[in-house]
Amino acid sequence: MNEADEALRRRALESAASVVDPEIPSLTIADLGILRGVVVRDGEVEVSITPTYSGCPAMSLITLDIQTALARAGIANARIRTVLSPAWTTDWLTDAGRAKLAEAGIAPPPPGASRRALFTEAAPRCPRCGSVDTEQISEFGSTACKSLHRCRVCREPFDTFKCH
Amino acid sequence: MPPGALAIDENPLILQLLRWADDALVLGHRLSEWCGRAPTPEEDLALANIALDQIGLARTLYAEAGARSGHTEDQLAYLRTDRQYRNCLLVEQPNGDFAHTIVRQLFYSAFADPFWRAACASSAAEIAAIAAKAEKESAYHLRHAAEWLIRLGDGTDESHRRASVALAALWPFTEELFEADGADAALIADGVIPDPAAIRLPWDSTVGSVLVRATLPRPPAGWMRSGGRRGLHSEQLGLLLAEMQNLQRAYPGANW
Repeated sequence: MNEADEALRRRALESAASVVDPEIPSLTIADLGILRGVVVRDGEVEVSITPTYSGCPAMSLITLDIQTALARAGIANARIRTVLSPAWTTDWLTDAGRAKLAEAGIAPPPPGASRRALFTEAAPRCPRCGSVDTEQISEFGSTACKSLHRCRVCREPFDTFKCH
Repeated sequence: MPPGALAIDENPLILQLLRWADDALVLGHRLSEWCGRAPTPEEDLALANIALDQIGLARTLYAEAGARSGHTEDQLAYLRTDRQYRNCLLVEQPNGDFAHTIVRQLFYSAFADPFWRAACASSAAEIAAIAAKAEKESAYHLRHAAEWLIRLGDGTDESHRRASVALAALWPFTEELFEADGADAALIADGVIPDPAAIRLPWDSTVGSVLVRATLPRPPAGWMRSGGRRGLHSEQLGLLLAEMQNLQRAYPGANW
């Protein structure tokens, strides 16, 4: 890759990485691991993204937001490609992303939780008071990627980012 | 070809993709009918979320089938007739009461979960990629249905009675899940798609253990219904499609 292409790629990556998730605006698509990469071929920019859940309704808005962010950075006609493989996993959440989730009152996915367990799952830590004395209200929350919980200590309800 | 049908050159792989896509879309549509009407707000969110997963999966599969047949996702969803739909009969059955919906979810998810896991090993990269996504989501759907059926079966006399009625009503639609026909044989032999018959064992084991915990007796073997995979549907599918396709039929190409 020549120098001009590499500079363009970095500029495009920086712009794309600044796009926030429309449903969790405290996190960028880079924090969430939705942004998979940026390549430049013959001066053409291609951004790859992957959906968290296949029915995620935010994908079309994220695509539009990336195009807008790139256009603002002077990059027109970028191609946005949706890739399915490898499938998105919460392991791709960056440490910064996990910290931002907790700050926003959303418990990051509990480490080591098995999504294969048919009935049991480790209790997440309350993002407000830090207690692990929490209970699940529903496995399906306000968005496809979150579940709903309640803290037995501070009595506050909270969302948890599902282990996926 | 009947009027209003979409001309599709159905080779075995396109047919297979349509069968899976139709399962996902029809079930997603059925579940979306609960939106705003579920027993609790949490359950409303849960059913809507599962519906969204199914419709998302359907879109991916239609895109894949359409890339091979020369159609768009929308054409495949909105412009095929009921005879061109290849979903299994189970998913088109009406929601009924909450117990019917949960039993239908359990029967379908207990199949879909191991099925998609097996499809992750497909020799076709596109199918393996779609399966890897679907497999993760189906695990949640299965757990949701299993937990609910145990609560209903092992709940009050009324919830137990309703769960038993739903179980008996939907049991005859389960056999079709494991069916394969001539069109599948070469694809199965080449490792492109899993053999649905091989899913019977894990399905039996999952459903069996959930029924035991739910204190619900397993329905006796009896006459089993079939035909959906060949386009022979119950009356309910026509009504569902009439609602779903009405806008595109009345205003072809209408867009948001």
